[in-house]
Amino acid sequence: MEDQVLYLTLAGLFGLFMAWGIGANDVANAMATSIGSKAITIRQALLVAAVFEFSGAVLAGGEVTSTIRRGIIDSSYVVGDPELLIFGMLAALLAAGVWLLVASRKGWPVSTTHSIIGAIVGFGVVALGTESVSWGQVTTIAASWVASPLTAGIIAYGIYNSIHWLILVREDPLERARRYAPLYVFVTVTLIALITIFKGLTHVGLTLTTLESYTIAIGCGLIVALGGRWFVMRIHVDEKADREFHFATVEKVFAVLMVITACSMAFAHGSNDVANAIGPVAAVISIARSGLVEQASPIPIWVLMLGGFGIVLGLGTFGRHVIATVGDRITALTPTRGFSAELAAAFTIVFASGTGMPVSTTHTLVGAVLGVGMARGITAINLGVVGRIFISWVITIPAGAVLSIIFFYLLRFFFGSAG
Amino acid sequence: MAGYISKIFGASPVGPMQDHMDTCYSCAKELTTFFEHVVSGNWDQVESSRNRIVELEHAADEFKRQVRSQLPKSLLMPVPREDLMELMQVQDEIANRARDVSGLVLGRRMELPAPIQKEFLSFVSRNVDAAKKARKSIRELDELYESGFRGAEAKLVESLVHEMDKIEDDTDVMQVEIRAKLFLIEDTLPPVNVIFLYRIIELTGDIADVADRIGRRIQVLLSH
Repeated sequence: MEDQVLYLTLAGLFGLFMAWGIGANDVANAMATSIGSKAITIRQALLVAAVFEFSGAVLAGGEVTSTIRRGIIDSSYVVGDPELLIFGMLAALLAAGVWLLVASRKGWPVSTTHSIIGAIVGFGVVALGTESVSWGQVTTIAASWVASPLTAGIIAYGIYNSIHWLILVREDPLERARRYAPLYVFVTVTLIALITIFKGLTHVGLTLTTLESYTIAIGCGLIVALGGRWFVMRIHVDEKADREFHFATVEKVFAVLMVITACSMAFAHGSNDVANAIGPVAAVISIARSGLVEQASPIPIWVLMLGGFGIVLGLGTFGRHVIATVGDRITALTPTRGFSAELAAAFTIVFASGTGMPVSTTHTLVGAVLGVGMARGITAINLGVVGRIFISWVITIPAGAVLSIIFFYLLRFFFGSAG
Repeated sequence: MAGYISKIFGASPVGPMQDHMDTCYSCAKELTTFFEHVVSGNWDQVESSRNRIVELEHAADEFKRQVRSQLPKSLLMPVPREDLMELMQVQDEIANRARDVSGLVLGRRMELPAPIQKEFLSFVSRNVDAAKKARKSIRELDELYESGFRGAEAKLVESLVHEMDKIEDDTDVMQVEIRAKLFLIEDTLPPVNVIFLYRIIELTGDIADVADRIGRRIQVLLSH
């Protein structure tokens, strides 16, 4: 295949463009609750996001990337003409990237995940025929879009209620917050480390025994928990603030914890959403290199890194502005609430990443926020806006599909004759 | 650009409701100054005090409108929207009573008969105390939201409500005593004035009643 280099370059560019879009827009939603509750500054948020988005993408992004690369289109239908799949994947990337750009300009709540899946299914149906789409897998993915906000909501409800009963309704909430905070940190870090080790690390080429995995996960949990304890114990009681609002210092304790959930959330977002940008890239690379529609080759690690780099780039160029806007608007979310919501969302997303399910970070987070709301944790949630965010995925899929079909024909028109 | 997730958080009604209560309390508190000037017969001062009450009452209305406008029906809230609206309606009555009493007194240039002056002034200030307790419990609203209207914080507010009950009982006793004194001297006064004096006593005493009703509305919030 003589156009290898061209295809690889295009795939790399489009993938970077998409990852840049995700970094510029989506990360703000993922990090919003941390910044809104004034747990971290924007500069810190950018740093945390850069480090953890990147490590999430590289360490735990493999499964979802595989799903998008070869789980949706059954490539036995393109064996005769592998270029079709290359054009299709390029078109899908371009479609999702452009749609993301347009939608965020207009302020529409779209999901990157939904648009890329819509785009891939779209060109699959039109260019390769209805049979080429693995409908079973697509149905499972669609079901996960309902299940993930629901799961996150239930977990958030549980976490918030535990904080409520262990700390907030007590006579001595501050002492209790200090006592339980390290426990929350331990559980968070251990669980996320476990899922990552069991589900993600194989793509990095690391294989650990079960005992090693548990030891490492629990070790990480303990170290971070002890660090958290040190910070939490050092928090000064601000008597003036406590007179105004009796829970001011309690909230400060949770503000420390929110730094950890912000990291988890960035990690989770990186692990799931990077696949939206590089899943198609990985597909193009494996076809272009071998000239065959080969299913089994592993994802080159540099592709995951390219995705991670793109996200960080987007964050660096536009993220600051978006994060600042978002942070200013969320003031209703105090650290105890933000902690519950972000933690629940991070668990759900990292778990989904582990099982290879491309879910929407935003929808999962909205589900988690609703869970806290159901537990009577938030003074006012605007259900109208919630409805609009959830409806957006219905609109995003056909939009992604139509755009990718157009791009597919354009690409084939310009490059097809050469191949 | 993006960041639509922030839009799902509605504006909290707590701040404006507390501002509203603060303003209503200031309104009631001004009544103390108002009646002191009435007793000393300084009508210029009475009038400026009355203007101050009216201004505060308008300010309270403004907060009330703000709360209403930011509580659309599509909100998910820990306590029903209707209960909050009713609570605010009751808060508003404190300002309205202060406005009515002061308006009536200034409009008719009413003088308080010497024998009941002292009792009436302490009656007014006891009613203002009740309003102050009501303000104190409304100031706990943000803590109540934080703790989900349960536990230690709920108990604290419950005890504030009981204190309000006691003050209200006090004012009832005082009202009976003032009426008794007024009854003894009512033959010496112009009958129309007497009728309005009874009316003033009643309206002033309403402030403690309203404060007590604020307590009831808060208990409704705690019962959810």
